[in-house]
Amino acid sequence: VVRRTLDDDMLERIEELLITSDMGVETAARVAANMAEGRFGRKFSTEELKAVMAGEIARIMEPVAKPMPLYAKRPQVVLVVGVNGSGKTTTIGKLASQFRAAGKSVVIAAGDTFRAAAVEQLQIWGDRAGVPVMTAPEGSDPASLAFDAMARAEAEGADLLMIDTAGRLQNRQDLMEELAKIVRVIRKKDPEAPHNTILVLDATTGQNALSQVEIFRKIADVTGLVMTKLDGTAKGGVLVALADRFGLPIHAIGVGEQIDDLSPFDPEDFAKALTGAGA
Amino acid sequence: MFENLSDRLSGVFDRLTKQGALSDDDVKAALREVRVALLEADVSLPVARDFVAAVQEKATGQSVTRSVTPGQQVVKIVHDELVHILKGDTDPGVLKIDNPPAPILMVGLQGSGKTTTTAKLAKRLKDREGKRVLMASLDTNRPAAMEQLAILGAQIGVDTLPIVKGEDPVQIARRAKTQASLGGYDVYMLDTAGRLHIDEELIAQAAAVRDVANPRETLLVVDGLTGQDAVNVATEFDDKIGVTGVVLTRMDGDGRGGAALSMRAITGKPIRFVGLGEKMDAIETFEPERIAGRILGM
Ligand SMILES: Nc1nc2c(ncn2[C@@H]2O[C@H](COP(=O)(O)OP(=O)(O)OP(=O)(O)O)[C@@H](O)[C@H]2O)c(=O)[nH]1
Ligand SMILES: Nc1nc2c(ncn2[C@@H]2O[C@H](COP(=O)(O)OP(=O)(O)OP(=O)(O)O)[C@@H](O)[C@H]2O)c(=O)[nH]1
Ligand SMILES: [K+]
Ligand SMILES: [Mg+2]
Ligand SMILES: [Mg+2]
Repeated sequence: VVRRTLDDDMLERIEELLITSDMGVETAARVAANMAEGRFGRKFSTEELKAVMAGEIARIMEPVAKPMPLYAKRPQVVLVVGVNGSGKTTTIGKLASQFRAAGKSVVIAAGDTFRAAAVEQLQIWGDRAGVPVMTAPEGSDPASLAFDAMARAEAEGADLLMIDTAGRLQNRQDLMEELAKIVRVIRKKDPEAPHNTILVLDATTGQNALSQVEIFRKIADVTGLVMTKLDGTAKGGVLVALADRFGLPIHAIGVGEQIDDLSPFDPEDFAKALTGAGA
Repeated sequence: MFENLSDRLSGVFDRLTKQGALSDDDVKAALREVRVALLEADVSLPVARDFVAAVQEKATGQSVTRSVTPGQQVVKIVHDELVHILKGDTDPGVLKIDNPPAPILMVGLQGSGKTTTTAKLAKRLKDREGKRVLMASLDTNRPAAMEQLAILGAQIGVDTLPIVKGEDPVQIARRAKTQASLGGYDVYMLDTAGRLHIDEELIAQAAAVRDVANPRETLLVVDGLTGQDAVNVATEFDDKIGVTGVVLTRMDGDGRGGAALSMRAITGKPIRFVGLGEKMDAIETFEPERIAGRILGM
């Protein structure tokens, strides 16, 4: 095995590898610097270096790897938010199926009253998961649907109410205000709800994910993240930057379009996939 | 959230005088900042690297005009080079849809905006060029994908191919082709299911559809917020299916849009349109100057 010195050149190449995972320049530099500490000038094989790199990343990610918490509260209200096309509706279908399998009774509210066939799409996911879907006509107010859905979930004694929302870009103030209103109306029924607000991020997204988290958190008190589409070649390195900056829990990752394609977030697997360690 | 290039460079050049040629060291220091600015704008690393090399060549030894600071000078060189690459050397002309019925194939990753863009483009062709357009959804994967396109078609007054359950995408493409010929349509648009560039089966399926329809245009629809993966997506879709142009969606977001440079540099294909919202008229032609300024954060 060839061993090379961990010098400035090598660190630069490490930084570049991290940058190609969407980690961002700043975080990549910090991870590389951490790697250099106590190791600079020593010799390593490529495999050893990758293992060190994966170790550093896993260390950053461990504190944020937490499944979505379940509370004794009934109904526990889960609001799902994010930019357009990130995978919100699909993730709701997958989560509902997992909760059902765990013996929970679940109701879904089709809060995307805007996009064409959003309701039909969610209804199919509801059927697949074996969960009822509450709908309202296209163009109607999503906040009042959320309110009605809470009443129904309460009346039915459901364990969980999952509310889908329309995709919205975080710089669209009108749409963010609409989201804030959904949250306000939910809180009229239960001041502690939504108990979870999940922001769904697309793994192919680059540095804009930072702005997504920052603004959605401000408007809707995001309590956790799900990253979808990690079955592609996008590595989701921006999660490392996000963990560093915001420390929000990462509940799960999407790894395909089928109902079972949702996995717990495993820091070590994630770090290995990102760095190519042990590949 | 990120510093723009001028701010970055002014730091580097603060200590320099306004006169003389840019020294090698000045240029090197400046280019480090350019590289960071590009990467923070989500330009793919290999593309950023090539870009910096090209700028280095242009900047070295250039004498600094008295009227501008070295920082401004480098920003200008970078900006011009960005525009140059985004524009390409040859004018792509209009969409090749003159021979009716002209097929347009829409491809891309899951959720990139294909279905929405299909409808937006159909509306544009109808409204601006008086074309009779037929849209067909070949998406047998995503729940309610066909209904989505049908609803959009009804909204914008564009025909959609009747939905027949149980057909595969190649069969639907054949039916669309026949219907477009018999029905006297000028253009037929094939909206496809989202697919990962590494999903061999689905990529082969898209290639089979292509072979049936012989599209005049194959548009790769890409999320404008895409990060480093742009390089993989562009390479694979172009190699395996062959794209003739790119559409960048979600450019109404606050992303820097570095994917535009990556797409253009890697495929060499023109960026035809940008999507600027969810509404059916939120689509515009691609303007290199505007995107260049945005990538630089200016
Ligand atoms: N490969 C892959 N595709 C996914 C994953 N999650 C979702 N998708 C696909 O991404 C596309 C968009 O997913 P949706 O669930 O409709 O996304 P959304 O956020 O609800 O979209 P809007 O409601 O339009 O904002 C669909 O084609 C999904 O099948 C994933 O983990 N992997
Ligand atoms: N803000 C904004 N949203 C867009 C734009 N283009 C599409 N969208 C939204 O992005 C989401 C996904 O769009 P679709 O057209 O369903 O994407 P798709 O590529 O057909 O998705 P799949 O068929 O699941 O692969 C929807 O919510 C659209 O309204 C755009 O330019 N700006
Ligand atoms: K990413
Ligand atoms: Mg949705
Ligand atoms: Mg679609």
